[in-house]
Amino acid sequence: MERSLTLVALFAALIAVLGLFPSFMLFGGVPISAQSLGVMLCGTVLGARRGTLAVGLFLLLVALGLPLLAGGRGGLGVFVGPTAGFLVGFPVAAFVAGWITEHWRGVDLGIAAGAGALIGGVGVLYVFGVAGMMLAAGLSAGQALATLGAFIPGDIIKAVAAGLVTRALFRARPSAVLTR
Amino acid sequence: MLALTLETPTWAHRLPAGAKMAAMALVMVAVLPASNVPVIAALVGVTAALYASLGAVAVRRGLRLLRPLALVVAVILAWHWWMDAVQQGALICLRILGLVALANLVTMTTRLDDMMAVIEWLLGPLRRVGVNPAALSLALALTIRCIPVLLGKAGALAEAWRARSPRRPGVRVAVPLALAALDDAERISEALRARGGIPRAQQPDRRRKRGTEWNDR
Repeated sequence: MERSLTLVALFAALIAVLGLFPSFMLFGGVPISAQSLGVMLCGTVLGARRGTLAVGLFLLLVALGLPLLAGGRGGLGVFVGPTAGFLVGFPVAAFVAGWITEHWRGVDLGIAAGAGALIGGVGVLYVFGVAGMMLAAGLSAGQALATLGAFIPGDIIKAVAAGLVTRALFRARPSAVLTR
Repeated sequence: MLALTLETPTWAHRLPAGAKMAAMALVMVAVLPASNVPVIAALVGVTAALYASLGAVAVRRGLRLLRPLALVVAVILAWHWWMDAVQQGALICLRILGLVALANLVTMTTRLDDMMAVIEWLLGPLRRVGVNPAALSLALALTIRCIPVLLGKAGALAEAWRARSPRRPGVRVAVPLALAALDDAERISEALRARGGIPRAQQPDRRRKRGTEWNDR
């Protein structure tokens, strides 16, 4: 119980730090915030239930008024803006990523976690992101997807990174990775 | 850590947090289905008047909080221009800016503790399905405390990287950072258990809560 609580709290902090930390350079000098990598890791490392709780805790702090979203955004305003769909999708993304990592046992953890991060943290997340954009901005699904599409390659790279990071963590602390 | 709340007290700081959030929710429900000119004009006009009544600092802070929206609003406007619906696009963009500005106003004029009290009250019914509000408060406090600690560790890791590599720190820094989070969690849970563990859920005492936290402000 205590361990679950501290892991959830520390991973909520990790999402914030990955978003606030000066952006990681992926390739071609394009700065991309690693915030969604944090969301993916919550699922792939802590599992579906605790990962969802960690993301929920993070969103609660954002709603309370702490500027923890990438670029120092926060407060109630971000929940009514055009990108609010992503925030609603964050806990679902962590849940799906965690569920897949927990249940796909036959393969290497890095592959299961990478697949979970890809399906949950990119696929499911963009369904919510596009739906939110359609609702707030009056765009069609295609237009919303075209608007957000520029970020998809970066997010796919982050999903692969989530798989690699999860495997590295499992090697270093087998007992702390709760999905295995 | 910098919070988004305005430090200088204004009249809006004295309103109860719950009332402000309820009003915000009502405005959202009213404005979202009816995006015609009078409704949006009223939204933008009232929001601007509220900001103006709070003084120049609030206006400046409010505009700064809206700045990250500039690009996405421009793209939305461009799509509507392309669909030959510039007027509708302008209304949608004004609706987004108005609603976000209004919600930011609630955040700017409500202290973190007051917001916490509302959230705890909202989550109260979850007590019946086994949520322990004391555990939630502990988790929130723990996260707030650990963000600057982890941020410091991230900075040290990035410096160690720069001392060894001419390239910028990449995603690889995420591994030791997540490892630090796992180890901190382990140590803090040991410390918590040694001190008697997570406080048990207390019986809800509504009378005391109303008396001290709602009416006195």
